[in-house]
Amino acid sequence: MGLEEKLPSGVLLTTVEQIVGFVRKTSMWPATFGLACCAIEMMAVGGPRFDIARFGMERFSATPRQADLMIVAGRVSQKMAPVLRTIYDQMAEPKWVIAMGVCASSGGMFNNYAIVQGVDHIVPVDIYLPGCPPRPEMLLDAILKLHDKVQNTKLGVHREREIEELEQRRLRALPLIQQTEEATR
Amino acid sequence: MTPTTVVSAAALDAEPGLDAFGNDPWWIILIKALAVFVFLMLCVLMMIMADRKVMGRMQQRHGPNRFGPWGLLQSLADGVKLSLKEDLIPRTVDKVIYIAAPMIAAIPAFFAFSVIPVGPEVTMFGVETRLQLTDLPVAVLLVLATASLGVYGIVLAGWASRSPYPLLGGLRASAQVISYEIAMGLSFIAVFIYAGTLSTSGIVEAQQNIWFAVILFPSFVIYLITMIGETNRLPFDLPEGEGELVGGFMTEYSSMKFTMFFLAEYVNMVTVSAMSVTLFLGGYLAPPPITTFWPGANEGWWPALWWLIKFVCVMFLFVWVRGSLPRVRYDQLMKLGWKILIPIQLVWITAVAVIRVLNNQEYPGYVTAIVIGVFGLLVFLGLWAWSRAAAKAKAQEAAEHEAELRARRENPMYGGFPVPPMIAPHYGTSVLAEEPRYQPASAPKREEVSGA
Repeated sequence: MGLEEKLPSGVLLTTVEQIVGFVRKTSMWPATFGLACCAIEMMAVGGPRFDIARFGMERFSATPRQADLMIVAGRVSQKMAPVLRTIYDQMAEPKWVIAMGVCASSGGMFNNYAIVQGVDHIVPVDIYLPGCPPRPEMLLDAILKLHDKVQNTKLGVHREREIEELEQRRLRALPLIQQTEEATR
Repeated sequence: MTPTTVVSAAALDAEPGLDAFGNDPWWIILIKALAVFVFLMLCVLMMIMADRKVMGRMQQRHGPNRFGPWGLLQSLADGVKLSLKEDLIPRTVDKVIYIAAPMIAAIPAFFAFSVIPVGPEVTMFGVETRLQLTDLPVAVLLVLATASLGVYGIVLAGWASRSPYPLLGGLRASAQVISYEIAMGLSFIAVFIYAGTLSTSGIVEAQQNIWFAVILFPSFVIYLITMIGETNRLPFDLPEGEGELVGGFMTEYSSMKFTMFFLAEYVNMVTVSAMSVTLFLGGYLAPPPITTFWPGANEGWWPALWWLIKFVCVMFLFVWVRGSLPRVRYDQLMKLGWKILIPIQLVWITAVAVIRVLNNQEYPGYVTAIVIGVFGLLVFLGLWAWSRAAAKAKAQEAAEHEAELRARRENPMYGGFPVPPMIAPHYGTSVLAEEPRYQPASAPKREEVSGA
């Protein structure tokens, strides 16, 4: 959005990408979307022992309009799913999603009709974090991996090129059963 | 005891240098305005950092410490990130007011700082000038007026968002700010009585002998309380509390507009702290112990240092209170503002005015002591009567509660609470659970038939 997306390709765009990525990762504000038990671990991450404030993220904003990161912490029931989607839609543009815990990643232990089997059915997820619940250090690890990803996101023309490359690579990818032979060869 | 008597009798060292203003060349004014603006922006950045680091330390954790030495550049990253975020305008908002509200909130906050005195006469680039952008005979009124203008921004933001939580937050915030502004204005009156002027440089000069925070201690304490209520900070931040109102009036704002609200809040904090330093803590005058062994402490640029130290102490108080106190409930907040702070101040101002007049009219000391004694006695009697009335009301309520419990115990149908009728049929038998209350005499006698 805005000027940084419209720069022509070249060293200026690369520098801007690095700066913008750095700033976005240094000050990423989570939205409080704690649903169930994983929320307790998320609260622990905000506490003194596993301090998430070190990374500038202690300002959990209750309103999605000011949040960058949605940590879906807990199981999402069928009734909650439209609410989740609404909150995701209300977030302002550069936004990321961490599916925290196995229930958000894949339905977890609740393999039934009441729980959505993975929030990637509803919102696009950037990092899946297994664990039931994941320890606060695991959540911090996921956040740091997301920070790496954000730091290296490409903007504008570079991003379009990257999308094309990724698509070509996936089209060339072998089916799973043949992939193991390649790996061992 | 007419006002003119008071004014002429008082040693009016007030309004000393109002003729020192309005003579600056335009480029000096520009430099001062720029310096004020830069100082406010830096203060906001530093205050956000201080908030997070100091509160973190109070909660036994580090605050942000990844970006910059000790994490001090974190708020810079916050600002840049917010400017790079998508600028949402929800479809149903009232567009013009929605976009104007943050500006209405932020701009008056900057104005108010133009009358704060930071130092006495200094030589800047060859021009003799005071370290103050401007001064008016009614400077403090300007500050109060701009604070009132800022309320518009809040209430319009809540209103224009057309969403329930922002509306509630905006209404609550505006009611809170207005009521604490009244208490703030009242706490200034005692200062005006003693200083004889509303101009800020005059008030600072009037504190040469002793700071007003010492002789007008109740006004100072109440000013500190209203200062925190005025800026929507903990413990009075119910309009922004996350559990209560999502984001309050800022809920529907993102990116730059939200940044302006954030900025407005912190600049307001800076302004009220600067006012407290100016009106109660002696402004730029060196604290008394220092002047005894260093007479040059009030010359040149040194007073700016004393001002800065006092200012930082008051800002630290903000953070300290935020880290220590829980949030006050809204009705308790309004009750505090209207039913406690204002009556206390009215009594206190009356006392101050009477004592000041006695001093000016050169009444002997024992008259003043008697008056103080009488006031003290009246206050004590008032408090005693009030506590007795409160105890009586509580006892009466307890007695009523006791009577109600007893009535409920004795008669299960008391109060008309719906209980199932005692004559409802139940499975297995046609025998009623209890004897019917009103059975007409002609009804046939029932016999027991078991459904088993």
